[in-house]
Amino acid sequence: MKAFLILEDGHVFEGKSIGSTDEIISEIVFNTSMTGYLEILTDPSYAGQSVCMTYPLIGNYGICREDMEAGRPWQSGFIVRELCKTPSNFRSEMTINEFLVENNITGIEGIDTRTLTKILRKDGTMRGMITTDENYDFDECMKRIKAWKMGHVVLDVTCKEKMFYPGDGYKVAVIDLGVKKNIVKSLLSRGCQVTVYPAETPAEEIIADAPDGIMLTNGPGDPKECKVTIAQVKKLFDTDIPIFAICLGHQLMALANGGDTEKMKYGHRGANHPVRDMKTGKVYISTQNHGYMVKEDSLDRKIAEVSFVNVNDGTVEGVHYLGKNAQTVQFHPEACAGPLDTDSLFDTFMNMMEVSK
Amino acid sequence: MPKNPNIKKVVVIGSGPIVIGQAAEFDYAGTQACRSLKEEGLCVVLINSNPATIMTDKDIADKVYIEPLTVDVVKAIIEKEKPDSLLPTLGGQAALNIAMELDESGFLREHDVLLIGTSSTTIKKAEDRLEFKKTMEKIHEPVAPSEVVTTVQGGLNFVKKIGYPVVLRPAYTLGGSGGGIANNEEEFKEILMNGLRLSRVGQVLVERCIAGWKEIEYEVMRDGNGTCITVCNMENLDPVGVHTGDSIVVAPSQTLGDKEYQMLRSSALNIISELNIKGGCNVQFALNPNSFEYCVIEVNPRVSRSSALASKATGYPIAKVSAKIALGYNLDEIKNAITKKTYASFEPALDYVVVKIPRLPFDKFIAADHDLTTQMKATGEVMSICTNFEGALMKALRSLEQHVDSLWSSRYKDMTDEEVIKLLGHVDDRRIYVIAEAIRRGISYDQIYDITKIDRWFIDKIHNLVKAERKIIESKGDISKDLMKEIKRVEFPDKVIARLTGKTEKEIRQMRYDYGVTAHFKMVDTCAAEFDAMTPYYYSCFDSLENEVAEDNSRKKVMVLGSGPIRIGQGIEFDYCSVHSTWAFERKGYETIIVNNNPETVSTDFDIANKLYFEPLTAEDVEAIVNLEHPDGAVVQFGGQTAIKLTEALMEMGVPILGTSAENVDAAEDRELFDEILEKCCIPRPAGKTVFTREQALEAANELGYPVLVRPSYVLGGQGMQIAISDKDIIEFMDIINRHTQEHPILVDKYIMGKEVEVDAVCDGEDILIPGIMEHVERAGIHSGDSISVYPAQTLSPKVKRVIADYTKKLANSLHVIGLINIQFIAYNEEVYVIEVNPRSSRTVPYISKVTGIPIVDLATRVITGEKIKDMGYTPGLQPESEYFAIKKPVFSFEKIRGAEISLGPEMKSTGECLGISKNYNEALYKAFLGAGISLPKTKKMILTVKDSDKMDAISIGKRFAALGYEIYSTRSTCRVLNENGVPAKLINKVEEPSPNLLDLILSHEIDLIIDTPSQGVDRSKDGFIIRRHAVETGVTCLTSLDTADALLTSLETADTTKLSLVDISEI
Repeated sequence: MKAFLILEDGHVFEGKSIGSTDEIISEIVFNTSMTGYLEILTDPSYAGQSVCMTYPLIGNYGICREDMEAGRPWQSGFIVRELCKTPSNFRSEMTINEFLVENNITGIEGIDTRTLTKILRKDGTMRGMITTDENYDFDECMKRIKAWKMGHVVLDVTCKEKMFYPGDGYKVAVIDLGVKKNIVKSLLSRGCQVTVYPAETPAEEIIADAPDGIMLTNGPGDPKECKVTIAQVKKLFDTDIPIFAICLGHQLMALANGGDTEKMKYGHRGANHPVRDMKTGKVYISTQNHGYMVKEDSLDRKIAEVSFVNVNDGTVEGVHYLGKNAQTVQFHPEACAGPLDTDSLFDTFMNMMEVSK
Repeated sequence: MPKNPNIKKVVVIGSGPIVIGQAAEFDYAGTQACRSLKEEGLCVVLINSNPATIMTDKDIADKVYIEPLTVDVVKAIIEKEKPDSLLPTLGGQAALNIAMELDESGFLREHDVLLIGTSSTTIKKAEDRLEFKKTMEKIHEPVAPSEVVTTVQGGLNFVKKIGYPVVLRPAYTLGGSGGGIANNEEEFKEILMNGLRLSRVGQVLVERCIAGWKEIEYEVMRDGNGTCITVCNMENLDPVGVHTGDSIVVAPSQTLGDKEYQMLRSSALNIISELNIKGGCNVQFALNPNSFEYCVIEVNPRVSRSSALASKATGYPIAKVSAKIALGYNLDEIKNAITKKTYASFEPALDYVVVKIPRLPFDKFIAADHDLTTQMKATGEVMSICTNFEGALMKALRSLEQHVDSLWSSRYKDMTDEEVIKLLGHVDDRRIYVIAEAIRRGISYDQIYDITKIDRWFIDKIHNLVKAERKIIESKGDISKDLMKEIKRVEFPDKVIARLTGKTEKEIRQMRYDYGVTAHFKMVDTCAAEFDAMTPYYYSCFDSLENEVAEDNSRKKVMVLGSGPIRIGQGIEFDYCSVHSTWAFERKGYETIIVNNNPETVSTDFDIANKLYFEPLTAEDVEAIVNLEHPDGAVVQFGGQTAIKLTEALMEMGVPILGTSAENVDAAEDRELFDEILEKCCIPRPAGKTVFTREQALEAANELGYPVLVRPSYVLGGQGMQIAISDKDIIEFMDIINRHTQEHPILVDKYIMGKEVEVDAVCDGEDILIPGIMEHVERAGIHSGDSISVYPAQTLSPKVKRVIADYTKKLANSLHVIGLINIQFIAYNEEVYVIEVNPRSSRTVPYISKVTGIPIVDLATRVITGEKIKDMGYTPGLQPESEYFAIKKPVFSFEKIRGAEISLGPEMKSTGECLGISKNYNEALYKAFLGAGISLPKTKKMILTVKDSDKMDAISIGKRFAALGYEIYSTRSTCRVLNENGVPAKLINKVEEPSPNLLDLILSHEIDLIIDTPSQGVDRSKDGFIIRRHAVETGVTCLTSLDTADALLTSLETADTTKLSLVDISEI
């Protein structure tokens, strides 16, 4: 069946339908990772977005459910050049198309993903529609696309109630803004006992549980939508409990401390982003997935120091809060998909909790 | 950290002659690195014995020594030049080994020379099998259970513990020389004995066989600050068991999930951190296809063939960045030359698929063993880029220039299924075609996988091509637009579609154009379009409607067609010519466009031409580029036969051929036209005829009288050329030649056994410039590429030289040559005959350019653009002879190809060459032999057995060796002749006679040298073949021509071998 990707700037790509045939409108972004399509599909930070994979062959090693970063895929749509119909891997359970159908995710294949990527790079992230209706009314579509807003998507992806994972080490409170499984796994593998809280849980409730450390996770959408959570983060920050924040969590920390965020032209999404550790000068390759960033000049230098910088464009990739036991990073030390180079930041978090004990 | 200010003068060691396992990739890496060092204002001292390379040009390095790559020579150069640093990681294993010896002996410390880049400790940890294993164990990186053995008994004891099959890998050898898989004790002993001999340190690693696992490579970089990145990973289609150089390789990996990809990536970074690598490094893994179990196979702490491939596959210049790191820079201080926005500290993201296919030399060694093993056999490779795997594979297949343009092969048509299944188990260069045939017959993926262990993903992709093939056949030429899009997406050439449908290629092309199905060009930008890139590095695909090629019509455009994969007969020399021509056009204000498909070469580096198209060199592929670029002209005379073959097609496309016109190229190749020209100029040539059939050939041969020379026209490297002494030979040769349909006639010539002489000349339409006359040591009958070539010619009378110059001018003028011409003559009894004229660049161009200091390619290019020789500061005609003697010695790779016949003949067999240069002839000769690895005397024992017609000449050869103190062993008839003539020779039993016989003597490792001249014709003696193969496999120098032996003697008799002179060719 034919499928169409209609961008808000009027570009139309014709391809073949994959997955669900439901019509969807979402933000269109691209990701340059060459592997890890399942992790990307199931990363809650992509809620409200359709991801165009720049690598042309997707689905080669099929689907292995244990690699999922959440219980279900969160992307609105999936855009690829060629979807593999006959995957090959010893762990593969099904084809990616079967997975998309099973989870009712709309997709399109057979389009020139490089041309699409170049449009997004040049003109910035934009909204778009995927439809299988060959007789679509272009003007009507444009109206609907332009009317669409992502909204406060964190509320869609965060857990509805507290979840507890036992362990005999530090007690870590994870504020779920759209947490990837591997963040929790990274804590559990270090022996932590983990409690995952819904995004808007009052700070008092968390503090009452007396955690050794607090973890603010990744998540989707515009950080400024998270007004309730930002207020809670400020309160948590004031307690002196060690805090480690990733991605959206990093942005919320900055906002909670008087900083500002802004939308990037087309964001950072891929597994090859170099970040420089400002202390050692050493560069690490990181996984990234963000469309917003912390504005460097908005940070109050008296309380915040930039700890990591993106080597490519100089943007803020991490903040160390002076006099506080808090560090935040824009990239994903939990990887999945992507390099494990900064996994040791979880160890740093362990040390932070050790020191403050 | 910024650049280390103490580094001012750096010695760079090249990799020497091209041999299997060590080829053009080191010229590419070395050239890129030297340019990068010079860019930093350093003085670069280059040492490389290979004159065909671009790196040995005076504009690449400041001081250039084309001297033998031995420890003593490098020491002498260091003493003379007094550098402060040595960069050892650019010249392959050859350079690394020399640097290690200099370091271990304390020489570098004594002379205050710093080893920059990766340290000697690191090299030792990575290269020494035992150290490597220890290091891996320390950081918990798994290696296959293994043991380093130094004796056969030690090996046997270990195998008792781990069982067969086992893999053997000798330490410090290149291309896996002497390695292999042993399935039983007999094989084990054979490979082990050979390996122990070949290893510089007498070590062989014996390990558990992990054949059948996935073979995955990572190209990684690390700087002095500990920052590590992965440039690229690659997956071998052929599982572990086939040397990666002989495998079909795809980048990035296709069948690895993120978990496997990151597991191996982390391991690779872990390893280079522990080894403290500073620069580029290659890590090879074996991955169990059914689990996360993996083993580290090996680590190469230097640039390599794989790093060249990774550079071309991603656009990331590994050699350049490695050189900068050696100078002290960190990765995040080095700009990404492609995006100019990002830095070298990021990992390239690909949005296309790259396929590499090796070019194997079995077309030259028909009788040799085609098996692919852990011992590399490929001479070169091709790479292709496409948006899908099927398309990339199809493009690569046709880039090989092996009469193949799809997976269809008629070879298997008449076989039974059982036979096909049996063939699947045969690991050779044809396996991919067998898989396609098996799929055609409905043999299951599982069965194919069980036999080949090639991942089902790849089998499925081959199946897609078979499906497309079937759809084309079923269409009977009635191809819908959708089908056309689909089959072009996977890169079926028009020619194949035509063949499968019974249409003509033109009809298919027209149909395609009518549908608007055409190739579009995409950029290789290192970042999957994430950043705006400026690099003019392109590939084509059919599933896009957007061209990304920057339009610039401000200058005249010239298209330079490259020479494709390195193969015997068409080597790196043509890349040298293509690159120099490109540079010359650029200086003349042209916009330059290179089309080539060889990832190992300088010409495909991203900043050589203004635009690089990484594409197959076929008419259809080139036409797509022409349609986009509309070049003002194309040059074909620098890209060897590959480019010449495209002449007609280019003219049909309306592209003017710059330089010598196509008709005149034809005239040189077309026998009748050429004979007319010769007659008009009153130039004699050996009598000859053109034929098509066996019967015609027999008739011609008998009319001319034996011996005759038989060869196809339009080939390079004397492919298929043979000397026939009887009807029987003619029948055999014609059958071999006609195995492929011949578009051009076959030539039968009278064979004259005179002095072979060669000339390269530049002609501007009126005047010619001959830099020098080269004379071959071996008499006619041995291919010019396999002969020792001497400049200036030594034995020619002034009269003969005058005649040669005169004939050259006459021929160049009659053929209306504009640019280069290469002519081969035979001088016999003061008569000069023309045997071959090639109105194009030749193998000897780089060599003669360097030793005469006359930049021939530059001059030829300027002539092509309209300049005159007189206006370029040269007096036309034969140039005065240089005060240097320069001798080009061919180098062979026989030890890599089991079962190959090593005796020399009209078909070229050498893979590379080295130079001996000196003001003293004998010393130049000695250097040439030394550079080729022939370092005598050692034990002063030799074997001399010659064919009957050589017996008289053998007497003086024997006498002279005896005078040098050699103990000579000969079989019956040679021994009798020698003894009767007063040469002391000892009788030794022939191969089939009882022990101790010849073979025992060879295997005892007490022999310096074997001289064995084979009888001509088909009736080659089995004995001789066995002797020569044993010589090769035991590493004994074996000469098959008395002329070569005479030259060797001359060099041994008089050269002062203790203190060689050094020549900086930048001063010539």
